[in-house]
Amino acid sequence: MTDWFTSLTPNEQFAIFSLLKIMIAVFTVVLPMVAYSVVAERRISALIQDRIGPNRVGPFGLLQPAADGLKFILKEDFTPAYARKVYFWLAPAVAMVPALLTLAVIPFGSQLGSQKAVIADLNVGILFTFGIVSLSVYGIVLAGYASNSKYPFLGGIRSSAQMISYEIAMGLSVVPVFMLVGDLNLSAVIDYQKSGAWLILKQPIAFVIFLVAAFAETNRLPFDMPEAESELVGGYHTEYSSMKFALFFLGEYAAMIAVSAMMVVLFLGGWTLPFAGLNETATSLGMGLLQVGIFIGKLLLFMGLFIWVRWMLPRFRYDQLMDIGWKRFVPLAIANIVVTAIYLYLTHGK
Amino acid sequence: MSTTQEIEIRDTAAKVAAADELTDVKGEKMVLNMGPSHPATHGVLRLRLEMDGEIITKAEPDVGYLHRGDEKIAENMTYNQFLPYTDRLDYLAPLANNVHYVLAVEKLLGITDDLPERCQYIRTICCELARVSAHLLGLGAFAMDTGAFTVFLHTFTEREKIYYLIEALTGARFTTSYTRVGGLSRDLPEGWLDELSKFLDEVEINFDETETLLTRNPIFLERTQDVGIITREEAIDFGLSGPNLRGSGVEHDVRKAQPYMIYDRFDFDVPVGTTGDCYDRYAIRILEMRESVKILRQCIADIPGGPINVDDGKIVLPPKEKVMTNMEELIHQFMLVTQGQDAPVGEIYFGAENPKGELGFYIHSLGGGTPHRLKIRAPSFVNLSILSQLLPGHMIADVVAILGSLDFVMGECDR
Repeated sequence: MTDWFTSLTPNEQFAIFSLLKIMIAVFTVVLPMVAYSVVAERRISALIQDRIGPNRVGPFGLLQPAADGLKFILKEDFTPAYARKVYFWLAPAVAMVPALLTLAVIPFGSQLGSQKAVIADLNVGILFTFGIVSLSVYGIVLAGYASNSKYPFLGGIRSSAQMISYEIAMGLSVVPVFMLVGDLNLSAVIDYQKSGAWLILKQPIAFVIFLVAAFAETNRLPFDMPEAESELVGGYHTEYSSMKFALFFLGEYAAMIAVSAMMVVLFLGGWTLPFAGLNETATSLGMGLLQVGIFIGKLLLFMGLFIWVRWMLPRFRYDQLMDIGWKRFVPLAIANIVVTAIYLYLTHGK
Repeated sequence: MSTTQEIEIRDTAAKVAAADELTDVKGEKMVLNMGPSHPATHGVLRLRLEMDGEIITKAEPDVGYLHRGDEKIAENMTYNQFLPYTDRLDYLAPLANNVHYVLAVEKLLGITDDLPERCQYIRTICCELARVSAHLLGLGAFAMDTGAFTVFLHTFTEREKIYYLIEALTGARFTTSYTRVGGLSRDLPEGWLDELSKFLDEVEINFDETETLLTRNPIFLERTQDVGIITREEAIDFGLSGPNLRGSGVEHDVRKAQPYMIYDRFDFDVPVGTTGDCYDRYAIRILEMRESVKILRQCIADIPGGPINVDDGKIVLPPKEKVMTNMEELIHQFMLVTQGQDAPVGEIYFGAENPKGELGFYIHSLGGGTPHRLKIRAPSFVNLSILSQLLPGHMIADVVAILGSLDFVMGECDR
């Protein structure tokens, strides 16, 4: 076995390791997290609303995702006769895949054994992320268009406007971060924060803009305009059922995880903690796993925030949302860039 | 024989210009059918919206999906037999409907002044409890329409407690049918008033919680302030009533303007709005519930003992043990069950302050035990008439906020 492995070229070894990392990361970590964040959402919302929440399936309702999945598979997969079939089938996949792709460049730990704990250590990590995140809007727009129905149509229009606007605010908000770090590689961003100088402290404005834009990007309340179940009866996924609906549903949670992971990396120091040597590259496997644990812990904080906010706030109106995006956040983000640039010029420039 | 002659415009340039005018670049408007099955239409209201993008240019409410012919049904039964149908008018406040219906019949029979004190107090408790219950749901649903789902479940928890109280009182949670012409179907259960005052303490905490979640919430303010403004004049012109009228600054509450039952004895205020927007209507409902709690507390403190029914065998069924032994009571029982109360010839209108507005009953009697015509003035029906005036110019998200703030019930609107 080892003979066979060492006989491979480094490129082939890299390919096998990458495949392994993808399979482990996606199937044993991300997808269960997606499934359980749905349960968490239901339990936390129940807590907020004086209810009990799902507790019948398995101990404490922990097998609920399995029951839900089974239910979704068994439901009739209904395609309206007037829908544009190809796009109608394509849309749920397009909604789900980008969120998972984004996770590829997230460094979720320092070192596991001899491998770096990131699926793809890209030098242009952040650009890749934004490129992929922009794709996720297509899932919703396609769904709205392909359903050939009025409520999804309105949802599709709203989402294209909303997500494109907030992507600009989001993209501008992280520029100062990379100006400080001086590198687009996400691992470098974490290295920069190793000393405990987390970027949330250095760039609070960028963090706030990014956080709000993250809510808008993932279509979560108070920005769930495309869905808006009390106005648009579910918006873009009104006509969907069965597993296709489930893909949209899970896609939303996958996107939440992806964007939370982004925030942990960019602003909360990724897998580091500024004590007990936890901010140094791990030398043992246990240390490496501990750092992955720290990363997931921070990520869960953001997931909790996402869920908490959803059940506490009403929804914005479509035009108010655009106002906030274009008239407040974009100028604020640009101002932040300018201020950071001046600061850097005064301290480092000559 | 006729021939069709084609008239052609010879000038090509003029033809192009004419064609251009026809296919204007303004684009087309979309007609959106909101309801009758839509989460924000609170039942089966249907709105035909003509929209330019997200902006409403024309709105036509279409009611009647829940029409059951209640008014016609009333013509074929005795006054007491119609009572269960009033449960299903404003099904969020069945107790208040019951009370106001029998008050109308009693006005026709001319026995309004004979009602015992205890009966009046219990009926007042019923009305105000129903008001709290209906407003709690109205607020919760309004908040849910604007996206705040948690408020809905918080207010619903309190309503559940009201339902426990109502169940103890009437035996049913929803379809109460509690009152009878000339009295009530039964007296208060033992210890019920203590339960009620315990509930009042709890519900006031709930009001505070609801206000914490909404009253100064910037998103809620943005969604509701200056949205769906009904001016004072419009409100009067369209005959609005209840919180929707008072939200527009008209201080008209039937309980104060034409006091019925014993409302003139209680100390309570009538909250009035200033701008008539969705937020004012929200605030008024919160304040009104607090006033209702005030009235309920006074009722609990002052309620006297004594009989609950008028002492007249021709109006109220006699006690069973007397029916078995006395000739006169037996005849009364027989006459009431077979023919009902013998009403005088005449017509009356009685309007009272229901949670949604002025619920009125117009009864035309030709004598005998059944009405010749019974017309129900349903506040929700009247309140909805303003929609086609109010909605154009608003966005689709405002539609749900406005519908939520108008707080209508289709069971009553379509009757």
